[in-house]
Amino acid sequence: METPLTAKIRPDGEMIDLAAYERAGGYQAARKAMQMAPQEIIEEVKKSNLRGRGGAGFPTGQKWSFVPLGADAPRPKYLVANGDEMEPGTFKDRVLLEGDPHEVIEGMIIAARAIEAERGYIFLRGEYTDAGQRIGRALHEAKEKGYLGKNIFGSGTDFDLRLHMSGGRYMCGEETGLLNALEGKRANPRAKPPFPQVSGLFGKPTIVQNIETLCNVPHIIEKGAEWFQKLSLTGDGGTKLYGASGKVKKPGCWELPMGTPLRELLEKYAGGMQDGVQFRGLLPGGASTDFLTTEHLDVPMDFTSVAKAGSRLGTGTMIILDDKTCPVGMVHNLEHFFAQESCGWCTPCWSGLHWAEEILWAIETGRGTPADLERLEYICKMTAPGNTFCALAPGAAEPLQSALKYFREDFERHIREKRCPWRDGQ
Amino acid sequence: MLTPEEQREIEEETAHFPVRRAACIDALRVVQKHRGWVSDDAVRDIAEFLGTSSDDIDSIATFYNLIFRKPVGRHVIMICDSVSCWVMGYDKMRDHLKARLGVEVGQTTSDGRFTLLPVVCLGACDRAPTMIVDGQLHANLDPQKIDEILERYK
Repeated sequence: METPLTAKIRPDGEMIDLAAYERAGGYQAARKAMQMAPQEIIEEVKKSNLRGRGGAGFPTGQKWSFVPLGADAPRPKYLVANGDEMEPGTFKDRVLLEGDPHEVIEGMIIAARAIEAERGYIFLRGEYTDAGQRIGRALHEAKEKGYLGKNIFGSGTDFDLRLHMSGGRYMCGEETGLLNALEGKRANPRAKPPFPQVSGLFGKPTIVQNIETLCNVPHIIEKGAEWFQKLSLTGDGGTKLYGASGKVKKPGCWELPMGTPLRELLEKYAGGMQDGVQFRGLLPGGASTDFLTTEHLDVPMDFTSVAKAGSRLGTGTMIILDDKTCPVGMVHNLEHFFAQESCGWCTPCWSGLHWAEEILWAIETGRGTPADLERLEYICKMTAPGNTFCALAPGAAEPLQSALKYFREDFERHIREKRCPWRDGQ
Repeated sequence: MLTPEEQREIEEETAHFPVRRAACIDALRVVQKHRGWVSDDAVRDIAEFLGTSSDDIDSIATFYNLIFRKPVGRHVIMICDSVSCWVMGYDKMRDHLKARLGVEVGQTTSDGRFTLLPVVCLGACDRAPTMIVDGQLHANLDPQKIDEILERYK
């Protein structure tokens, strides 16, 4: 089984430096890309069927193809790596950022070539201090070698790459919120259109791409779209960094073929549930995805299949709910996060999520009424896609609406008994 | 007044943006790195240095979770209160820290040694529960381990 993204990561947890990265074949893809026309690179990535690993799953090659190319295109153009991993339950980009920072940089060099960007930023969450130091060191090494800066690889093109440490806010992970943050503004979302590919950072054409997505790019260029497709068990190309947290025997993060079934992840890689607890459900790809339950365990974990099952692949890092954990309490924790991190731009979000949190706390502490369930359902409707500028509120509604569906009896029992059965001990 | 060192570091950041004001988050981080927090005076000085208003800078400073607009203790503990840590026992870790330090979340110990703050998911969910102290991650927490960690920060 091939694991291109994580193959170079050292088992001792230290970062792989530039010399070791090159000995293992690193920067060969960047050299190859310098001999390719931007259109050729975009076509290869399109053919590979690489879809964005940040959560939305948008086809990467298609995204790049919206950027104006050639002499008449506005300048400068920007490429931004989104390393603001703040989706609760998600810990996959950290593995790449800390383990193989040169892979991130090489992916950016190639992506910059494809869209003819001369400036780049790595946007990193402020709490990732180890990753920040390692990226900083890798940037320095790459500049010394002439892989970044002026006339990179003697190609005649420039690529200036800079690290930005975030001031900290979930909204910075949202594409246009991130652009505002990089401009030194509050991370509110922007209206679309215009899309960032045409008018992004400082009004110039910009691509924002997740870390894991970028790490796939060198391998696609080196080994080809056909090879990349074959890594996957299903239609969505490549491998995926999957993860599991919660009360499983072996929580962790693994690079596996895209489309690995949920049951295999849970039982083989995560080692099954801890002794004394039973599986009840899971969020397949971070906090802003719908719950799946026992009936979904044979679903292949790819964008298309998880969507068919009524949820989203999201970040591919699942959070597991067990029978000794209160589902109402868990959803309250999630809505507390979303309400706190709402930037306050759209009313359904700042008002709706705050009320969702309040109502869930009332139910959890024995003060809920049957009408509260209808109120929660109403909030899910009001925060549906199309009512807000960005995906924060629709994402917040996903675990809530699915919990109301799959764990309804637990909500009703809280209301009927005026207490949390888990808090008082069952 | 911004110190010469702070001015130099902020000036260096402005070089990487087409407009000077865009470096304001970096400027806030620079000041906080040196002083632990960002005072009203510092907000005014940063605004002047970048050619904007104090209100503009304060609207940024108060938006971002990692910028402190109040004084903090010598060491800042940020405990993850997001979902994976919650499932794995966040409540117990928080209560242990509160009892041990004698403060509520958001407060500083009377000797000025520690400030206890909540933080969202630290991206180490396979090692929950987690916290960071002065930027350093501590994972797989239990009450005894927390006690040992606190001893390292005087």
